Amino acid sequence: MFARQLVIGLLLALVSAPAVWADQRGDAKKQVEFGIQVAQRGLWREAIYRWERATQIDPTYAAAFNNLAVAYEHEGQLAKARDAYDKALALEPTNALVRQNYDLFKEINDRVLQKDGRQP
Amino acid sequence: MTAFFRKTVGSLSLALVAAFAACTSYTEIPIETPIQPKLDVSAFQRIFIAGFIAGANEDVDANMETVRLLRSQLRNKGIMRVIDADTLPLLEVARQSSGEANTAPVPDQQAVTPQEPQDPNKAPVFNDEKALEPYNHIFANVAYWKRIGEEFQQPLIVTGAVLFAPQQRSGFVQREQEVYDPFGRRSVVPVRTYMERKGFVLRPTFIFIDGRTGETLHTETFREEILYNASQQTPALSSYFELMDRLLPAFLNTLSAQKIKGTRTLLK
Repeated sequence: MFARQLVIGLLLALVSAPAVWADQRGDAKKQVEFGIQVAQRGLWREAIYRWERATQIDPTYAAAFNNLAVAYEHEGQLAKARDAYDKALALEPTNALVRQNYDLFKEINDRVLQKDGRQP
Repeated sequence: MTAFFRKTVGSLSLALVAAFAACTSYTEIPIETPIQPKLDVSAFQRIFIAGFIAGANEDVDANMETVRLLRSQLRNKGIMRVIDADTLPLLEVARQSSGEANTAPVPDQQAVTPQEPQDPNKAPVFNDEKALEPYNHIFANVAYWKRIGEEFQQPLIVTGAVLFAPQQRSGFVQREQEVYDPFGRRSVVPVRTYMERKGFVLRPTFIFIDGRTGETLHTETFREEILYNASQQTPALSSYFELMDRLLPAFLNTLSAQKIKGTRTLLK
């Protein structure tokens, strides 16, 4: 009896898991899209809030980390930007657009680190 | 049949483009990255570009040109109130304070032509950094700078040394050359050629001194060089400005925040 319930429970969990993940990605995507809209109007702090929410909802969403990194860069928070780019690249190492953003960021970041007498 | 085929292919292509756009949905956005100033200058209302230990190579008085350029840049940016005063006779002060007025280090060009009498009104020629070293002790003379600070109501003082010297270099340089194949098709290939090149090196050291205490707050050294074809005649003064133009943003960033403009891609 118990074994039967366990099997049913496991089957239910397996069937519902993708739906939960899809919901998470859907919610995170809404936050990301809203973040883009406000960033385009220059409301970068609101964009940061939205993209942070997106990364909390779906920590596997590379686009959210990429956008968050861009926003941190715009706010001059270079250490946070670096962390966010690292996460985006760890999730999608072959994404050429994230890589391009990161390379441009790195150019500025290295210059600042050199200026401060730190190793890039 | 053909119309149906064309219609089908058209719809399929549209669907493919739409699917691709959906997969790689992105937006480009301009950003401005603020870079914080290296020095906290909030305690100073005024800045005094006091002058530099520099020679007069190739008819460019690096001291006067640097003073003029920095003052005008600071004024344009409105970073601080720029004190408009005569530059300090740093070479003379350095010679006097080291007690070697009569045995000042002989700059390179004078060493080559010792017969020519030295014109006291003309700045000497320095061709390398070592020639400037004997004068550097002036920057550590706290009492002197404190006195200057008192005279100008305790501003932030900017001084240092500027080396602007000609340089010559020869070696292999890679350049692109047009070639045509037997069918007349044009292509560009990299070619390594031996070239004699000449140009200039600019190596300024900017020293920021606290006019209240006479102590050095910050020191920054830059090095920029430019090389031209040996046959090209480029005036030394325009080379000087070209080189200074490259390092001015970094100099200004020592005193004020700078914004670096760029474009990034936001992903959906």
